Amino acid sequence: MEAASITETASAGPPARKLSDVVNAYALPLLLVLALVAQFAHSPHDTLDDVKTGLSNGTIWALIALGYTLVYGIVELINFAHGEVFMIGSFVSVSLWATFGVDEGTAMPLMIGSIIVVLALAMLASGTLNVLIERVAYRPLRNAPKLAPLITAIGMSFILQNVGLLWRPTPDSAPDLIGSQKDYFTIFNVGIEHSDVFAVVVTVPLLIALLWFVGSTRYGKAMRATAQDPDAARLMGIDVDRTIQLTFLLGGLMAGAAGLIYALYNGTIRFNQGFTAGLIAFTAAVMGGIGNLKGAVIGGLIIGVIQAISDSGDYLGLPLGPQWTPAVVFGVLIMVMVFRPQGLFGEETREG
Amino acid sequence: MSSMLATARTRFDSLTATLPPPLWMLGGLILAILFPYIAGTGSLLDASIQTLAYVIMALGLNIVVGFAGLLDLGYVAFYAIGAFVIGWFGSQQFPDINGGKGIHILSSDRATFQLKLNGTHAEIPGIHINFFIVIFIAMAITAVWGILLGAPTLRLRGDYLAIVTLAFGEIVPRIFENSTSGLFGIGTTDFSNGRQGITPVDTINLPWSKDLVYSDLNLKPAYWVALGMVVFTIFVNRRLRDSRLGRAWIAVREDEVAAASMGVNLVRTKLWAYAIGAAFGGFAGAFLGSYNNTVNVDQFEFGFSVFVLSMIIIGGMGNIWGVIVGAVALSMLNRYGLPELNQLPIGFDPTSVSYGVFGFFLLIMMVLRPEGLLPSGRRKLELHEGETEGEDAAVVGDMSQMYEVRQ
Repeated sequence: MEAASITETASAGPPARKLSDVVNAYALPLLLVLALVAQFAHSPHDTLDDVKTGLSNGTIWALIALGYTLVYGIVELINFAHGEVFMIGSFVSVSLWATFGVDEGTAMPLMIGSIIVVLALAMLASGTLNVLIERVAYRPLRNAPKLAPLITAIGMSFILQNVGLLWRPTPDSAPDLIGSQKDYFTIFNVGIEHSDVFAVVVTVPLLIALLWFVGSTRYGKAMRATAQDPDAARLMGIDVDRTIQLTFLLGGLMAGAAGLIYALYNGTIRFNQGFTAGLIAFTAAVMGGIGNLKGAVIGGLIIGVIQAISDSGDYLGLPLGPQWTPAVVFGVLIMVMVFRPQGLFGEETREG
Repeated sequence: MSSMLATARTRFDSLTATLPPPLWMLGGLILAILFPYIAGTGSLLDASIQTLAYVIMALGLNIVVGFAGLLDLGYVAFYAIGAFVIGWFGSQQFPDINGGKGIHILSSDRATFQLKLNGTHAEIPGIHINFFIVIFIAMAITAVWGILLGAPTLRLRGDYLAIVTLAFGEIVPRIFENSTSGLFGIGTTDFSNGRQGITPVDTINLPWSKDLVYSDLNLKPAYWVALGMVVFTIFVNRRLRDSRLGRAWIAVREDEVAAASMGVNLVRTKLWAYAIGAAFGGFAGAFLGSYNNTVNVDQFEFGFSVFVLSMIIIGGMGNIWGVIVGAVALSMLNRYGLPELNQLPIGFDPTSVSYGVFGFFLLIMMVLRPEGLLPSGRRKLELHEGETEGEDAAVVGDMSQMYEVRQ
């Protein structure tokens, strides 16, 4: 549609501007694809392995990124404490397994049952926490200048991180319920591990459910209306406060699920996992165009792949490695925010 | 609580009114100079010296956040750069330089020669430049970095700007940490010793003297050096605030579009704010690097940026005296208040969650008293502007302000 209009109006409109628009819109995705292709040519097998790890790990970032993008879409606020909500999700999951006495030795059906129950509880815990955060830290500041809630968000994030610190001062290991390191099957010489399958199996239904909820239900419609124009939505009889609460609840649910997957996927949890994860997921949300749900998912997958390639330690002969990964991801964040604040596929936002 | 504060403030105002301002400040300065004789030489003096360095940083960040209204969450980057400047120019970090003999510019005897076993003196390798020169080199270098990091963020506003600065604040220490064998794989020079950090770092000697000004047993001169740096910082801040540039910052903070249409050059105004704010971060960073005798990447975490930001917010954004009060209060709370709380039966050690406590203060302050303890009058008006408008627009609802992009 857009491409068609470009060719049609090329003679009428100022051509230079159109060209720069096209370059702007496709430069970054093209650059990313080229970067991946070059790395593939450099070392095909490692790259395939990295892409696999990146995509499965990226599902976790996608779930967290959805929370950022939902909240930003509706109240234009970076919920800085969202990473900590995710961390609490991990902590709740591991604590619940410890309480129930579920570990590697538990019988299969019981274990699967426990994962489903704990998933529901962790999601509920994180969702409730996120709603509480909104009530305490953001709602009193609706009328304040825009930076005020960002500052309370940072305060909230520090409080929660230190709650996590008191809860579990040292890194803890999660029970390896799914045998995460074992290969499930092998394709193109790349071993697909249990953890990869698990991440995808849990994430995909959640994503579909969320997209359906926001896209097809009355509540989703209210959310979209509020995001578009809160005053008009209120005049149409939408309870805006309730809708915002619902948005925070949904974001928290996704973060809780991500927390559980993260615990089983990585095997270790620690109180400051939320800070980095939050920033990575925020990068993903911005990359996909903040406010855009599908964009956040794709952004999460892209960031996952970038991270996996950086972790593996050799990008076209450049000596990267896990110690460089945060710098690489933050570098990507800066590039996207400065050069394409509306995201890879997004439209102009009010921020851009 | 707030009425008590108000009466205290009126009393304070009437007291200041009876004395001419220069006299009032002179009195404060004399008290500050004599303070070490009250504090003794123990931990209180050490805490005061750290506090003075934090005051400089808070005043520097206040230029960016308080005056120009650009929320910077990566101020720790400039602390890191300043500290590494003294780490490079005042230690044995580069042993091969000048054929292993080192470079010595007005350095103390202790940084210049070492006694060998056979009784002769040999030159200490590495770069050793006098502290009072290095702090200004650090200012210059961090100012340049302030511009380099600030330039790409010029078109961003509000929260996007905050996140980009945060990302810079995370990247800079990572680059230092990983530059143990050249930079980005180029060369083999070790710039940082990785996680061990650079230590020892040269201490302070006057340019015309070969002796160190202070020792661990007598910290008073270190305090006076830091106090001198604070006085310099306050002087520069006050002059800047009342200058053409300072008024331009406030105009940009209040309304960017209006400021631009009144002829304020946005790019230049913002870049100056970044450069000068960063320079003070480097200034204090170089001092802390030398005073702590180590430059270690572990010091440069995101929490520190928020620590300095909390000082400004608690003290009163945009008000120089408020920021100083905030810095002293938080720094002393960190040093003495939290360990005191340890005696309460709360079941955990409050010093381990100090950042959580600062987060709590940030939250409470922002919700209850966003203008800080000692607000600048103008800033207070801005922060409460939304409330009166919200009341007027009560029929439409209290959402009316939420979507406005306002700095």
